Amino acid sequence: MEAEEPTGVNVIGIPTDEEFWKCPGVPSLKRMKRGPVAVIECFQEIPCNVCEIACPRGAIKVGHPITNVPILNEDACVGCKLCIPVCPGLAIFVVDLSSDEAKVSLPYEMLPIPKVGERVEVLDRRGRFLTEGRVIEVLYADKFDRTFIVTVSVPKEYALHARSIRVIKGEKR
Amino acid sequence: MRVWDHPILGPLKRAREVTFYLCRNGKCEEVKAFERDTVASALLAAGYRVFRYSDKYREPRSVFCAIGLCNSCIMVVDGQPNVRTCITPVRDGMKVEVP
Amino acid sequence: MEAEYDIVVVGSGPAGLSAAAEALRRGCKRVLVVDENPIPGGQLFKQIHKFFGSKEHYAGIRGFRIGEILLNDVEKLGGTVLLRTSVIGASYDGGTKTLWLNNPERGVGKVRTRKVIIATGAKENVIAFPGWTLPGVMGAGAVQTLVNIYRVLPSRRVLMVGSGNVGLIVSYQLLQAGAEVVAVVEILPRIGGWAVHAAKVLRMGVPILLSTTVKEVRGVEWVEEAVVWRVGRDGRPVAGSETVFDADLVCLAVGLSPNVELTRMLGCEHIYLKALGGWTPIHDEKMETTLRGVYVCGDVAGVEEASIAIEEGRLAGIGASCEFLSREECSSLVEESWRRLDELRSGPFGEPRKEAKRLILKEFKQRTGSLSR
Repeated sequence: MEAEEPTGVNVIGIPTDEEFWKCPGVPSLKRMKRGPVAVIECFQEIPCNVCEIACPRGAIKVGHPITNVPILNEDACVGCKLCIPVCPGLAIFVVDLSSDEAKVSLPYEMLPIPKVGERVEVLDRRGRFLTEGRVIEVLYADKFDRTFIVTVSVPKEYALHARSIRVIKGEKR
Repeated sequence: MRVWDHPILGPLKRAREVTFYLCRNGKCEEVKAFERDTVASALLAAGYRVFRYSDKYREPRSVFCAIGLCNSCIMVVDGQPNVRTCITPVRDGMKVEVP
Repeated sequence: MEAEYDIVVVGSGPAGLSAAAEALRRGCKRVLVVDENPIPGGQLFKQIHKFFGSKEHYAGIRGFRIGEILLNDVEKLGGTVLLRTSVIGASYDGGTKTLWLNNPERGVGKVRTRKVIIATGAKENVIAFPGWTLPGVMGAGAVQTLVNIYRVLPSRRVLMVGSGNVGLIVSYQLLQAGAEVVAVVEILPRIGGWAVHAAKVLRMGVPILLSTTVKEVRGVEWVEEAVVWRVGRDGRPVAGSETVFDADLVCLAVGLSPNVELTRMLGCEHIYLKALGGWTPIHDEKMETTLRGVYVCGDVAGVEEASIAIEEGRLAGIGASCEFLSREECSSLVEESWRRLDELRSGPFGEPRKEAKRLILKEFKQRTGSLSR
């Protein structure tokens, strides 16, 4: 790790800890421990409200102007994952800290698509290797329009950092 | 190189194949392309990357903007000079020369 | 080819198609759209990512699907779209405009029309550095066209210059096509584009090097390596800070400038506004320029975004067909459009452009003595 790595959403696109926890789209740790919940890592005011429209429970609020940062109602959210594939910025994840291993669901638009049971490399927001994880679910429906929802199980300490996967070459599929 | 499979666009549909000719220093070679290709995309896919040499210093030139605005990719096509190959669809029997 | 039209739209991108469709919806009968490219849709067909914005602007839908929808709309409404047709000349004679068109099969011909909507978009900027003319140095948009439309990847190891939205989005799309992006370099000490676009590539392992710019690109007949160096606080490169990348494609994503050749040729007045990409034609709130019957919309009227191009296109289409509408209907449609445009331009990224557009309307009023005709 380099000595001075830039941080900050407006500097490099990676939130500082403060920016992360202050973000209205990020639920509390307590809520994550209760079960799956959306983590909307959308920190800037950009014109977009697709997530608000997609949530079947109305748990996401953007309102007007549509540049508002989305606000998550963590109690209304059940972690259904339907917001994950619709976000044009691929900025929404679902995190579940309620069992021994954490489950992180993320949007995936690369080839090859991993299969359930497969081991993959789990990377952090800077693409650095965190741990190997197991793919426990791959969801797809036509309306997702080529964005797959991949869920990996990882040790709990990585749940707030695991944001990307890399398929291991040669991995039996 | 061709992008045969793509996570969003899917597998490349094999369109009708077209054969045209690339001529350099008087010698012509057959180049195969898809009907949907432009001369520029076909040449790049087939591995022919230098399209011409600049007048004064004979420096290599190829595609720059790929939408017909910069004139970097111009070649002689069927006898006509200064043709913007990036917006010219390929045709069977077309003769493309490096000027 | 010689014909008369009610409206000729130059450019079949999101702005042009939206303008044509709207004009047809409001009662214009003979609407022609011309585009010099072999494929319609402007930038839309190479945008394989899902669009932002609101439902009215097709948010959540991939760009190329939006292109299909708009094209379909125009054709279903009875508009004509001519491809591979360049506008090579234009003249203005009071009410009638004459456009000279060139098409490789049909040759040169004239069309006469009362209204012209210019939606010619923008072109990529270039920066010069030793090796900038080497094959393998291309615009980021060019690579996007080659990869997404023609399914050709010119090379596999890419250095992206510029971290604005174009640079970040194209980097991601290059990864999707199987290329490796060795780095994104950005001369400023912060990313130019949106955080979400940067996040998508960072988490795939692409480094974004801030305060860094390209020093030179080397190769014999094609790019073989790219040298970047850091830039100090004063903006000057720091000797000794070079890094050499083994790269065989260098993409320049250093901004866009409006394609104003046609508006210049016709004699429209322009203004230089950095926030909108440079020289851009001034217009009133119906998108009409200082030349009566000549409208502009989309990136040519200021480099912004697809959703704004669509909205401005609709506005220009309304403006050009206001004669078919009652005064009240016309002004209420125009007002609604500006309300949507203001919303799309809100937030820190949009504010400078919102301000620039205010300046344009003010400038128009000053130069022509009235806010609208």
